[in-house]
Amino acid sequence: MEEVLFFLSAIGALGGAIGVVAMRNPFYSVLALIVHLFSLAALFLLLTSAFVAAAQVVVYAGAVMVLYVFVVAYVGGGGESAWEPIPLQRFLAPALAVALFVELSIAVLASSLRALGGDGPEVSAGFGNPESIGTLLLEKFLLPFEAASIMLLLAAVGAIVLAGRRREAEAS
Amino acid sequence: MAIEWYIVLSSLLFATGAVGILIRRSPMVILLCLELMLNAGNLALVAFSRMVGNEEGQVFAIVVMVVAACEVVIGLGLIVAIFRRKLPLNVDDLRELRG
Repeated sequence: MEEVLFFLSAIGALGGAIGVVAMRNPFYSVLALIVHLFSLAALFLLLTSAFVAAAQVVVYAGAVMVLYVFVVAYVGGGGESAWEPIPLQRFLAPALAVALFVELSIAVLASSLRALGGDGPEVSAGFGNPESIGTLLLEKFLLPFEAASIMLLLAAVGAIVLAGRRREAEAS
Repeated sequence: MAIEWYIVLSSLLFATGAVGILIRRSPMVILLCLELMLNAGNLALVAFSRMVGNEEGQVFAIVVMVVAACEVVIGLGLIVAIFRRKLPLNVDDLRELRG
């Protein structure tokens, strides 16, 4: 059962990723990314991390993707030029990516981490639930938590400054 | 499922995102591919957290999500600003900052 779920969501995640790269229209790319994110949430659930899966669906597939859809609708999906600044870029890039994947796989499969081959240790029923993650965030990782909140605030202010209208610049 | 499978899937997703960044020209799609790579990193973090049996890796994944959200907000703000100035939305045409 677990294997079936894993392969189903792996196919979903990989198909979504390839869809993001291959689709001509940015709007379809965003939709493919939503499929990818939901499949990743299923994978997180298989890894018994319920809170991360819920945050993935609510934050990513909910909030961030709505932002993308709005911007794509505002800017409009223009066609991309087929002009390539580097000759054969379309063929060199996949070759580089295959090399990257082979290198990462060698690094993972040839590592001396014994536990990689197993299912991981037995964990209690509360592993990865909101309660334990919240306790960790507010006790052990309080400083990163606060830093993250300040960074979110800065990003919001920065986006307003970047995208806001400049009346004096337009008048001149 | 062995943890290896998740790690291999994560590196496959990372490589796919890298292809997207290398071959696409629209800044919006490049941001989407950046999301793919960040999510591949997240999957690896959560898989390793399961392997060790410790929840701290999941906290890392949540912090990565926050960073990704900030990056999206700034990136989309830049795209809207580029669009307002009627500049081409193409990373090969926006090369003034290149040395």
